[in-house]
Amino acid sequence: MASNGKQVFSSADIARSIRRIAHEIVEHNQDLDSVVLVGIHTRGVPLSSRLSKALTQIANRDMPVGSLDIGMYRDDLGTRPTPELGVTSVPSGIDDKDVVLVDDVLYTGRTIRAALDALSDIGRPRTVQLAVLVDRGHRQLPIRADYVGKNLPTSDAERVTVRIEEIDGEDGVWIEVGSCTC
Amino acid sequence: MHLLTLEGMKAEEITVLLDSAQSFLEVLDRPIPKVPALRGKTVAMMFFEPSTRTRLSFDRAAKALSADTLSFSPSGSSISKGESLKDTAKTVLAMGPDLMVVRHKATGAPWRVADWTGIPVVNAGDGAHQHPTQGLLDALAIRQRFGALDGLHIGILGDIRHSRVARSDIDVFTALGAKVTLIAPRTLLPPTLDSWTVETAPDLDGLLEDLDVLYTLRIQQERGAESGFPSVAEYVKRFGVTSDRANRLKPEAVVLHPGPMNRGVEIAASVADGPRSLVTTQVRNGVAVRMAVLFSLLGGEQ
Repeated sequence: MASNGKQVFSSADIARSIRRIAHEIVEHNQDLDSVVLVGIHTRGVPLSSRLSKALTQIANRDMPVGSLDIGMYRDDLGTRPTPELGVTSVPSGIDDKDVVLVDDVLYTGRTIRAALDALSDIGRPRTVQLAVLVDRGHRQLPIRADYVGKNLPTSDAERVTVRIEEIDGEDGVWIEVGSCTC
Repeated sequence: MHLLTLEGMKAEEITVLLDSAQSFLEVLDRPIPKVPALRGKTVAMMFFEPSTRTRLSFDRAAKALSADTLSFSPSGSSISKGESLKDTAKTVLAMGPDLMVVRHKATGAPWRVADWTGIPVVNAGDGAHQHPTQGLLDALAIRQRFGALDGLHIGILGDIRHSRVARSDIDVFTALGAKVTLIAPRTLLPPTLDSWTVETAPDLDGLLEDLDVLYTLRIQQERGAESGFPSVAEYVKRFGVTSDRANRLKPEAVVLHPGPMNRGVEIAASVADGPRSLVTTQVRNGVAVRMAVLFSLLGGEQ
């Protein structure tokens, strides 16, 4: 079922963004051997796999991927229902690696803050970079993305919905006007 | 919200807790096995009955979630001076814990504490009634080995009558779709089995080849189990999990025991320490399951 609201990004747009971000990652990291892609639950995980495939095509080598659940690190625990926890697993390890965090939407920055805390508990990367499919603005913390699929100016009252084939059965990004769920 | 019993708990709720426990097992494997999830929360350990593993396990779980813990031991506290359960609960409540973990010899005590205090309560064992976190950690150990409990044949062996572990296990195993057979002399079965969908068997030997899981209970001498059979030697002869019997199990079958073990009585040392034994896995799972339970009760809005 498609989302309500206005579609701002198609399946082809998502594929193109991922290819472009992959090229930017190659450009930005001289030492590709140390790059690890870490997807943030939920939709960052399939996005990181796609990015890894794109990187494999461009750089002709396998890119290690991992997943990170930030539920235990949220700063709003106690103000919403207990989050269901996903799997945290980075088989390659992150010590002295260049970690590229991957998420679907960058908004307040609080998820990324939690992800940075979670990363520091599993190791000490050399650098941490951030790739997002959509940056919708409204940051509440000093955090920015290194790689952005699309900058999407929004108001706080709007809702951005990202749907990813592996989870939702279709690809696309929609904007809905609605009550703020932030 | 409390965790008082596994009776009536749905498979989906159990699965959410077990999945979350699996995530916490990963945390426990890290170089720094601690997350900030329950920073600022305080968990009171109210153990009115002796306990080593359950109490240590809850304590470890709370601390790995960055919660603080309060605890007392019954012998060195005002319990030994005759303070009532209600007064003790109210006194500890006044110190501001966010959750109480309660173990008591009386069935239903954790429910009373929940009523009196109004904060989340986790039942860590009440009489011969329920021990929910034990049931969950057992289910997790079996799920890890077989992928799922659905369709497995699980034998629960021994002193069912006095066992809160058995009751919680029956609830969780059947909720997840396993077939459960209680193996015990009639004297060690409860007077009625009416509400359970279980089968019973009067001896172990006839079932060995059919079981995927053999869950061995402790003979609880402190609860009068020995009045249920003529002698320990007689019990071992008919129900003891000896090497011989373990060898007759299916190749992939596993043996569990909640501890503490009476080695040489309900389980032979060679089986307890052998390749089929999940005893150590159970203990390790216990910490993760208790983290999942504490997180589910304290990690959301109160």
